[in-house]
Amino acid sequence: MPKVAVIGVGQSAFVRAYPGSIRELAFEAYREAMHDAGIKAEQIDASVVCSAPEYDKQRTPAGLMAEYLGLNPQPTFYVESVCSSSSSGLRTAYALIASGLHDVVMVLGFQKMSEISSAESQERMGRGADIQWEAPFGTMMPAYYALHARGHFEKYGTTEEDLALIRLKSSTYGLINEKAVFRKELSLEKILEPKFIATPLKVFDCCANADGSSCLILASEEKAKDLCRKPVWIKGLGMATAPINMAGRDSFSGLKCAQLAAKRAYDMAGITPQDVDVAEVHDCFTIAEMMAYEDLGFAEPGQGPQLIRSKETYKEGKIPVNVDGGLLSKGHPIGATGGSQIRTIVLQLRGDAGPMQVPEAKIGLVHNIGGVGIYGNVSVFGTE
Amino acid sequence: MGFEQFGIISFTGVTKTEQFVEFLKNNELRGTACKSCGAKFFPPRSDCDKCLANDMDWFSITGEGTLITYTKAMYAPAGFEKDVPYVLGVAEFSDGIKVFGRLDKSLPDDAIKAGMKVIVRILGLEDDRLSYELTAA
Repeated sequence: MPKVAVIGVGQSAFVRAYPGSIRELAFEAYREAMHDAGIKAEQIDASVVCSAPEYDKQRTPAGLMAEYLGLNPQPTFYVESVCSSSSSGLRTAYALIASGLHDVVMVLGFQKMSEISSAESQERMGRGADIQWEAPFGTMMPAYYALHARGHFEKYGTTEEDLALIRLKSSTYGLINEKAVFRKELSLEKILEPKFIATPLKVFDCCANADGSSCLILASEEKAKDLCRKPVWIKGLGMATAPINMAGRDSFSGLKCAQLAAKRAYDMAGITPQDVDVAEVHDCFTIAEMMAYEDLGFAEPGQGPQLIRSKETYKEGKIPVNVDGGLLSKGHPIGATGGSQIRTIVLQLRGDAGPMQVPEAKIGLVHNIGGVGIYGNVSVFGTE
Repeated sequence: MGFEQFGIISFTGVTKTEQFVEFLKNNELRGTACKSCGAKFFPPRSDCDKCLANDMDWFSITGEGTLITYTKAMYAPAGFEKDVPYVLGVAEFSDGIKVFGRLDKSLPDDAIKAGMKVIVRILGLEDDRLSYELTAA
């Protein structure tokens, strides 16, 4: 398989309500990625634009973005897998380059969630599950993940305190991430206040909606070596899917799509979970990070709580996870999230992650889930 | 009126499985079973992904099931606000058939536990709407 590298990354600050339109929001990440890569618009052969369309008033945003970013007349199109859209965009861009069709491809992710109310947004997000058979009961994302939290509690004896430890870690790193929406210090007591959203998940077990954008520039091996001093290579891409309907699930203590995606990514990269130096996982809820520890093989099934209790997923631990604050602190602008996770890993592998830097990180992993485990994307990156 | 009668708010107007609602009117929760290969489905499907046939029988979900997981939702999406709090859960019945739905509102919190035995109850809602819920066996 031909080698493909990430040669530029950018991200807007993630904020509660961006004071501009979607094209302007997207330009923030684009500008940073273009400065980072040091290239001009005409050097981008094609672009892949990613968001979750239910939040966009603009129809067919790829066309709009190509125009506003100055990417006409090159090809552009739209890729969507809800919360993992920009990881699916990465997968698409990789294929475009590995096939030889293009040399340099941009992946742009964006979401401006503040244009609609929180209840409206919950209702639209809930429609990312089965609208024919489940939405008529009044479903929303926190409740779906809460069903998995209860499943994990029942099977392994996991507690609300274990989940709170994950939020505590997140707030520690959110504080030092200038682009995070939530930058307040949290105490365990505060996190454990019984303000339930959907039992056993409480307000601090849930990430916040945010507006944001992310941008990645990918290149073929030849172009990457020509254009980039520190290319970060895509080593493994795993994607898998699972039934959208809860009645189709075998287990509520893990996400099958993540387990399969991880296996495929590790196989392609020729590594094991123990080889990963730093990881970004999809912690839309604390339970999602707990399941990710186990689904990715950082802990045996049921041993996730032990990993956080012993602080092994802190920056100094054996497998640092979400040391940029994760979705819980950064915020979760649906279409931009995967690109933001990938940006963090690229900065880590280049040694450019500042106060968040994990020393001598050589192999990084991104776990990005769409819906309640409908789409699982796991991507492995390396310095060589 | 067809399938839009199902649930508190229906997001689907037309489906080939709309007979589901007729069975609810008769106080039955039914899934489909493929006439060609025998595969059983809940929620009902009109097309078999195992053998590609599209000729289905209907079977009743009866007897006791086991609650696998649940959550008490304290917030609701738009249109469901007046119902909070409500409990959502998944129960497993015979042949591994799983049913997602709400739990009986009259059940006290401490009566709801994973592993509890449940049965299906059909509900008549306002404006001739129909649904089902899980309640203690």
